[in-house]
Amino acid sequence: MTEKTPNKTKLRKNPVVLFIHKLGSPAYFYHFTGKFIPWFWAIFLVLTAIGMYQAFFVVPSDYQQGESFRILYLHVPAAWMSLLAYIIMAVCAFIALIWRIRVVEILAMCSAPVGAAFTVVTLVAGSLWGRPTWGTYWVWDARLTSELVLLFLYLGVIGLYNAIDEPRKAARAACLLALVGAVNLPIIHYSVKWWNTLHQGSSISLMGGSSIDSSMLWPLLVMSIAVKFYYGANLLTRSRVKLLEQDLRKGWVRNIVREGK
Amino acid sequence: MTAGVATGSLRSAFVALVRRDLLLAFRRRTELLFPVIFLLVVVSLFPLGIGPSMELLARISPGVIWIAALLSTVISLDGLFRSDFEDGTLEQFVISGHPLTLIALAKILTHWLVAGLPIVLLSPLLAVWMNLPDGTMGVMVITLVLGTPILSLIGAIGVGLTISLKRGGQLLSLLVFPLYVPILIIATAAVMAAADSLPYTQFLGLLVAGLITSLTLAPFAAAAALKISLS
Amino acid sequence: MDHTPFIVGSYAIGAIVLLWTAVAPLIKKKAIVRDIARLIQIEERNDSNP
Repeated sequence: MTEKTPNKTKLRKNPVVLFIHKLGSPAYFYHFTGKFIPWFWAIFLVLTAIGMYQAFFVVPSDYQQGESFRILYLHVPAAWMSLLAYIIMAVCAFIALIWRIRVVEILAMCSAPVGAAFTVVTLVAGSLWGRPTWGTYWVWDARLTSELVLLFLYLGVIGLYNAIDEPRKAARAACLLALVGAVNLPIIHYSVKWWNTLHQGSSISLMGGSSIDSSMLWPLLVMSIAVKFYYGANLLTRSRVKLLEQDLRKGWVRNIVREGK
Repeated sequence: MTAGVATGSLRSAFVALVRRDLLLAFRRRTELLFPVIFLLVVVSLFPLGIGPSMELLARISPGVIWIAALLSTVISLDGLFRSDFEDGTLEQFVISGHPLTLIALAKILTHWLVAGLPIVLLSPLLAVWMNLPDGTMGVMVITLVLGTPILSLIGAIGVGLTISLKRGGQLLSLLVFPLYVPILIIATAAVMAAADSLPYTQFLGLLVAGLITSLTLAPFAAAAALKISLS
Repeated sequence: MDHTPFIVGSYAIGAIVLLWTAVAPLIKKKAIVRDIARLIQIEERNDSNP
């Protein structure tokens, strides 16, 4: 034990480690993230405005898909985001289970509803894109099917978290489920993809074939970055509310409420 | 205590646990039959709902039998840890110092013997009912032999997570069905490939890989889940 | 086929879902802050005249 102490004090002095330790404190986390959220919303709105303008007025209509491909500027960023939200949730769940940091537990649990919302958007936009493209609202296409399974995984995590009354126990159980889901997610993804080719499913490439005009890609990139800022702002807002709710009787919450008045 | 004694006591604890659970299960024989009857009822509903056309039934038979196996497994899963959790036996096990992983593995094995094996044994009957294509019977049985233990293993994680809930059974199906998707796909693909006289051994290989992976990982995850539920 | 309703529909539903996801925690926060404020009030009243 005595050998380890100098090492530990050295770690304490490291500003990055110190900062991470501080972020683990609910009060510090609450105040620190509060500064970022307005900026995140602002960046999201500006980028969305740029992306939407380009997607609707600058990009020419696709000669194969006509106008309907403009839905993809919503569908594709939402699909990427839904997957990234799951990955972030799983990483947070892993950290939360090992180091038992409450703030990270809350981050993992608040990532689930946002990710689920994005899977819903992906599915709705995907099937509304499919109607003009495939002639039907739903096709058991590999992408849509694995997105649907992803939604079920999210709903499982949210359901388990809400079903257990004691918040920390609920978070730990749901975190474990999120991790199990994360181990399974690649297997599900590849098995669904492969199931689809096996049954000769129709799969149309999203962005009209091999030669994609760069003017079509730019708004996609802008939109997918915008969506990340939305996610960040939403995740932090939810986490802060959850902290307030859980720390109802703690001094730092009382101070915030008193100052707010 | 030497390592040899430790492993010996672990093995005897494991065997004792499996024996005890099997004995308990066979004392409540009617309860044991519920999932099996459920399996038969679910499969028999398909011809009633779809129509008795033998060609149609033959085409959907691998999927139907497998989905029925999935449903029946989930029905029986709830009893996996339930009684031991409620009467405090599980906590006693933990206090006794035996690793929870070992207990979970013993419970999973018992569950498979009680709920998985009957599915395998009944599958010939189901195959006749559903007019499973000729020559695929063997593959069907092999996929069930390899697949149903995976269902028990993954299901145990879900049970461990929901055990402290009064009505965990409803949530359990939501938790485990998405995780069962790959097994369903691979197992039915193997049977369908055999029906079209295509090579199917690679699918069986995937199932074996899945079985080994879940056998090494799932007991630990189930033990972790139980530990959270017991806390 | 006219694609406009599908484009408008998907963006409208997307906007509604994302808007609701963003607004829901704010509504909840308002309720929680109100609850805590009431709690503080009750405690202060109890402290001043026991």
